[in-house]
Amino acid sequence: MFDGLGSRLETALGRIRGKARLSAADVDLALGEIRAALLEADVAVPVINGFVERIREAAVGVQASKALSPGQQVIKAVNAELVRALGGDGFKITFASRPPTVILLAGLQGAGKTTTAAKLALYFRRQGRSPFLIAADLQRPAAVEQLRLLGEKASVPVYSAPTDPVSVAKSGIEEAKRVGRDVVIIDTAGRLAIDEALMDEISSISEGVSPHYTMLVVDAMMGQDSVRTATAFHERLSLDAVIMSKLDGDARGGAALSVKEVVGKPIAFGSTGEKLEDFDLFYPDRMANRILGMGDVLSLIEQAERTIDEEVAKKGAARLMDGQFDLDDFLEQLRQVRKMGPLKGLMGMLPGIPRELKGVDIDEKEIGRIEAIISSMTVAERRNPKLIDGSRRQRIAVGSGVSTAQVSGLLKQFGEMQKMVRSMGIGPASATKKQRVKASQKKGRRNKR
Amino acid sequence: MHVVLLVFVYLIAVAIVATGGVLIARQRSARVRVGKGIGVDSIAEPSGSSVPPPAETALEETPVPLSSGMARTRGVVGAALARMRLRGGLDEAFWSEMEETLLLADLGLVITSELVAETRQKYRMTGLNSSVEAIELLRATMLSTMMDVDRTLNLDGDPPSVILLIGVNGAGKTTTIGKLAKYFADEGRAVVLAAGDTFRAAASDQLDTWASRAGVEIVKGAPGGDPAAVVFDAASKASAKGAQIVIADTAGRLQTSSNLMEELKKIRRVTDRAPGTLTEVLLVIDATTGQNGLVQAKSFTEAAGTTGVVLTKLDGSAKGGVAYAIEKELGIPIKFVGTGEGIADLVPFDPVTYVDEICGFGS
Repeated sequence: MFDGLGSRLETALGRIRGKARLSAADVDLALGEIRAALLEADVAVPVINGFVERIREAAVGVQASKALSPGQQVIKAVNAELVRALGGDGFKITFASRPPTVILLAGLQGAGKTTTAAKLALYFRRQGRSPFLIAADLQRPAAVEQLRLLGEKASVPVYSAPTDPVSVAKSGIEEAKRVGRDVVIIDTAGRLAIDEALMDEISSISEGVSPHYTMLVVDAMMGQDSVRTATAFHERLSLDAVIMSKLDGDARGGAALSVKEVVGKPIAFGSTGEKLEDFDLFYPDRMANRILGMGDVLSLIEQAERTIDEEVAKKGAARLMDGQFDLDDFLEQLRQVRKMGPLKGLMGMLPGIPRELKGVDIDEKEIGRIEAIISSMTVAERRNPKLIDGSRRQRIAVGSGVSTAQVSGLLKQFGEMQKMVRSMGIGPASATKKQRVKASQKKGRRNKR
Repeated sequence: MHVVLLVFVYLIAVAIVATGGVLIARQRSARVRVGKGIGVDSIAEPSGSSVPPPAETALEETPVPLSSGMARTRGVVGAALARMRLRGGLDEAFWSEMEETLLLADLGLVITSELVAETRQKYRMTGLNSSVEAIELLRATMLSTMMDVDRTLNLDGDPPSVILLIGVNGAGKTTTIGKLAKYFADEGRAVVLAAGDTFRAAASDQLDTWASRAGVEIVKGAPGGDPAAVVFDAASKASAKGAQIVIADTAGRLQTSSNLMEELKKIRRVTDRAPGTLTEVLLVIDATTGQNGLVQAKSFTEAAGTTGVVLTKLDGSAKGGVAYAIEKELGIPIKFVGTGEGIADLVPFDPVTYVDEICGFGS
């Protein structure tokens, strides 16, 4: 429902294409769009303000590259900064020299702590560790039972006792030592950051067991409150890492950036599905693309840079804009694009592609046929398809091994395509677009100060 | 073949954009993109001649307990707007601060821009001249769309009235059902709960605990069993016993899971055919949810025909602004608000309290 940053920036920066370098004003324009994209992705406002300033430094004076438009250069800069901000040093667990290594999980109600605890346990078991789960959520009805069942599924023992969370955690660790388990994961009750009593409680758990790692579980769908929540938990517990849950949804997940900025500790894991196995290390690059709503456009850009002959593309672009795009150009561009790989794969990578085209099954053979038909035409015919009469059509059909109807079909479609391109080139921009550009210019200015 | 050509136009445009572009005529080039949808309207507000006060100051403020049962604190939002109220003249900074305040409440960029623009326009037209009045205008603007909404719980039709609760994982469905059960039991109605979350481990045990706390009956299925059948059984049992209300739990599901959304459609279909009347399908939304809340509301409504929203966990510092967006954009009324873990912590939604919290009039 929201435009990704890619199309936003193309809209905003379309007019400055062709400049040798981005001016401060261009950057302002871009920053307004970046701010909007980050807001739609639920990155917290204070975090956005800081982030946008860092982008400004990276973007001003960027040299125009031959291969990339200014918009794409800005995207590259934003993406690089996002990956850096989300990634940092990355998370590496150091197991305690005297086991067990104790991991304490904390978070809001419904963030997904209990499920995450079980997933984490399974993750360690698969790494050859012998994990142990402690159910210290004595608050939510049946939370202990839930962890017990999940532990069974993961073949990991679960400990609990109907006392109080602090003693459960402590006695659980004793039990883990006694039975020789080397990683202990403590599930705790969900709590609001402003609930002093419950925040005191988790502080006491933390003091009681001195965990090697304290991890905050954050729902990927979380909005602006992420900063406040993360700050409060971090102040109380001095977090070591963050786990993002529910990444299998379609939330942009801006909370990841907010929390990372506030806590300054790595996002260690991401939870990506209902099954216990749906749990993996966190990948900053994927998250960055997701926050920006970019699909795989970056890999597309890279691929284009690698495979496409710049001069050919430029020539085609110019001719397309001038309305002189003929079958010869079409053939040339077609071959260019095909170098990038099978069309179906390309389609999947393009953001903002029309819905009706997204699921289309593209027959590569048919594309081969188009190539053959155009190749069978003379240069004059390609430049001016009107030349093609009955006998020429017959010759082309024979030459490319198709029927004359198929030749006519192609010509007709090409005519329509030219019309379409023309209509796209001259239609007036909508009021909304104009408004937005204006607004983002002003935004940009504000952000600059 | 037509489609293939369309694809090519697009791909070529992309290839051009990706590689060349330099020679392209400036104005035209921006428009040569096929099928690009515009998702949001713009911020129509100019803003900013000075830096807004850093939000960090607000973050450090000590929560102040409210007399209202609806919220315990005044968060970032309330504090920020309260500060605004003290200021006199209105400059660009005032309006951008208002914008930031609404954004921080999770109202989203589109709604926020609309609200600020509308408030600003009204402000100009009425010739008011203080920040307090401007904020009053904002409040009135927000409330104007919320006051006439019918928020009553529909219990019409042949008994039992069946209420279905749906939502993403961790939104608070099961807890809300416990509270709803108590709410109806206190009104003297006979309630049967349907433990329709057969997926999550121990979900039915959790609901069982709530059932005994509220003193109502519960119908459970086998773990991993057919949730639609559990709801049907509960409705049949309620009907046979002459109970008035059935409240059905469902497993949390993300709207991106097509299998689980299909399952939800089936639950809805079967419930429609079950004894009694399906009167409410309540979507449970966590107040900390960001803009994905709108997507959730759309998807769940498509699948199961949402009739109302329950906004949970509003006792934290989150303002639940996305619920306003849902009500405004999709016309789904917010009906209840969850304010804590106690069984009585569920109250009918009050737009005035809600908007006051967002605007900082809370105390």
